[in-house]
Amino acid sequence: MQHDDVIWDIIGNQQFCSFKVKTKSQSFCRNEYNLTGLCNRSSCPLANSQYATIREEKGQCFLYMKVIERAAFPSKMWEKVKLSKNYEKALEQIDENLIYWPRFIRHKCKQRFTKITQYLIRMRKLVLKRQRKLVPLSRKVEQREKRKEEKALIAAQLDNAIEKELLERLKQGTYGDIYNFPVHAFDKALEQQDEESESESEEEEEEEDEEEEEEDVGKREFVAEEEVEESDLSDFEDMNKLRTSSDEEEEDEEESSEEEEEEEEEMEVEMKASKSKGKSPANGSVVRKKRAYVEIEYEQETEPTSKSRTTS
Amino acid sequence: LRATRCPTSFIGAEQKEEAKAERVSSDCLPPTFSVSEIKNKQRRHLILLLESHIFSVFVFQQKMQLKKKKKKEREALGDKAPPKEVPKTIENQRVYDETTVDPEDEEVAFDEGTDEFSAYFNGLTNPKVLITTSDRPRGTVRFCEQLATVIPNAHVYYRRGLALKRIIPQCVARNFTYLMVINEDRKVPNGMVLCHLPDGPTAHFKMSSVRLRKEMKRRGKDPTEHSPEVILNNFTTRLGHSIGRLLAALFPQDPQFVGRQVATFHNQRDFIFFRFHRYIFKNEKKVGIQELGPRFTLKLRSLQKGTFDSKFGEYEWVLKRHEMDACRRKFQL
Repeated sequence: MQHDDVIWDIIGNQQFCSFKVKTKSQSFCRNEYNLTGLCNRSSCPLANSQYATIREEKGQCFLYMKVIERAAFPSKMWEKVKLSKNYEKALEQIDENLIYWPRFIRHKCKQRFTKITQYLIRMRKLVLKRQRKLVPLSRKVEQREKRKEEKALIAAQLDNAIEKELLERLKQGTYGDIYNFPVHAFDKALEQQDEESESESEEEEEEEDEEEEEEDVGKREFVAEEEVEESDLSDFEDMNKLRTSSDEEEEDEEESSEEEEEEEEEMEVEMKASKSKGKSPANGSVVRKKRAYVEIEYEQETEPTSKSRTTS
Repeated sequence: LRATRCPTSFIGAEQKEEAKAERVSSDCLPPTFSVSEIKNKQRRHLILLLESHIFSVFVFQQKMQLKKKKKKEREALGDKAPPKEVPKTIENQRVYDETTVDPEDEEVAFDEGTDEFSAYFNGLTNPKVLITTSDRPRGTVRFCEQLATVIPNAHVYYRRGLALKRIIPQCVARNFTYLMVINEDRKVPNGMVLCHLPDGPTAHFKMSSVRLRKEMKRRGKDPTEHSPEVILNNFTTRLGHSIGRLLAALFPQDPQFVGRQVATFHNQRDFIFFRFHRYIFKNEKKVGIQELGPRFTLKLRSLQKGTFDSKFGEYEWVLKRHEMDACRRKFQL
C-alpha cells in the first residue's frame, strides 16, 4: 500500500528530501519526473502514486505515466509513450492516454508539452541563423601581443614620422602653390651651397651681376605688379598668423625636445586663434593693415637678388 | 651610489638597512665563515641581498668608467675617431624578407597595374564605404560614426542580424566599393573585416587600443568634410604592399589640401597604427600636427581572395601563430 500522505508528511514538510531546493520565497523540486518543477503536494512524483509527465529527448516528446499497480516494480514503474510530432495529434494522444485522470495532471501535462514544443521550434530556428563562434583566448598570447604593440608604438615615433613625411611632400611640391614656402627653401638651400663653396661662386656671381647690370641698363623688363603683391601678401599672411607662434617657437627650440608637449599646446592655442581669425592663406584683406613690420621689409630686400640668381 | 639606474634599485630601503645591520653584526665572525653557512634563512637572504647589491653597483661603476674613457678617447681623436656604434634595434636586426618589394620591380608594377585596385588607382572608381558592426552592437556604434566622419563618403548602417553574404550583393548593386564590419566584444571593438566589393580581397584584422575622439588629449575641432591625405609608412613586402593599397583605396584619390587633414597608416613590426591629424606648416622646416579623430591599431589576421567567405574562400595569407611568431625578428608586412 502506498501511503502518499505519509510520504508527503515526511519529505515535504518535516524531514529531508534530496530533490528539494529551497529559496527564500519558494521551493523547487529537482526530480526529473516532476511535472511543474515546484515542490508541492500535488506535483511531487514521490508523494503521488498516480502521476504523469512529459519529457523530451533529442527533439522527441514522450509521455511518462506512473500508476499505483506498478508501484512494486520500480524498473517498470514508468510507462513511456511516444507522442506524435504533430501538435494537435499529440494533444489528443495525451487526452486519450490520461483519460479519467485528475484534471490537474492532464492540464499540466498539456502545458508542459506546449512549452517544450515552443522551445524546440526556437532551437531549430536559431540553428539556421548565424551562430556566434566563441574562440578561446590564451591569456599569455594576448599579453605578449599587447606588450609587442606597446613597444612597436614607441619604436614607431609616429609624430616624427608624420611630420617628416609632410615636410617631404612639401619639398617635393605635391602641394603646388598653396604654400609659398618653396621659395624660401630654395633660397636657404642656395645659401647653404654658397657657404660651402665660397670663392668661386662669389666670383662668378659678381661677374654675372655685372653682366646683368650692363644688360639691364639697356633692356626693359615688364614685371606684373599683381604677382609681386600676391607673393608678398601670402608671405605676410603666413608670417602674420605664425608670427607670434614663431617667436615663441624660437624660444622653445632652445629648450630640450622633451618639452614638445608644451610646444604642441602652444601651437594648438595659436592654431585655434589663427583659425578663428583667418581661413586660408588666400585671404588678402586681413593683412593689408599690418604691412609695416620689420621682418617683411627684410624679405623684400632679399627677393630681387633671388630673382637675379634664378634668371642667371 | 646612484641607485636610479642600478639594477638592484628594486630592493627597498628598509631591506638594505637590515642587510647592512646584519653585515655589521657578522663582521665579528671568524674570517673562514661563508654566507651559506648561516642557518637562518632570513638573515642569509639579507646578507646575500646586500652582497648582490654591492656587486651590481660595482659592475655599474665599471661600465660608467668604460663609457667615460671611450668618450675621452673620442674627444681626443676628434675627427679621426671611429664612428659611433649604431645600437641594435629590432628594425635593424630584422630578418630579410624575400618578398620585399623593389621600387623598380617590373613584375610588381605589372601586378599592381592589373589587380583589383587598378580601377581605383587609375581614377575610374570613387570609394564608397559601408560601415557596419556585428550583431547587437553595444559600444561600437559611436566608433563607427566617428570613422564615418573620418572617411569621406562613408555610410553607417545598423546590422540587424543580416548575414554578410547576403549584404554583399546588395552593396554591389548600390555601387559600394568597400564593406567594413567592426566586430565587438563586450562593448569594445576588437576586430575589423574589410572587404573590397566588386569581388576584391577581404582582409580580417584584429583591432586594439581603440580611442574615441573624446578620449584624445588636446584634440582639435571635429574633422571637416574635406578629403584627407593619406600616408602609408613601412609597407615593404608584397603582402604589405597589397594591404597598403587596400587601405589607401578607402580614401578618394584627390585629397583636398585646403582641409589640411591627413590620415596615417603606419606599419611597425606588423602592427598598423592609424592616426588622423590636422597639420599646419609654420615654415618650410616645421610643421605642427594636432590629433583629431579616433585612433586604433590593426594587426592583420588573414587576407582572402574574393569577397567574404570564411569557409570556402581562398586564403592568400593566414596568421599562423606557431610558425610566424616563433622568430622575433621576422615580420610579415
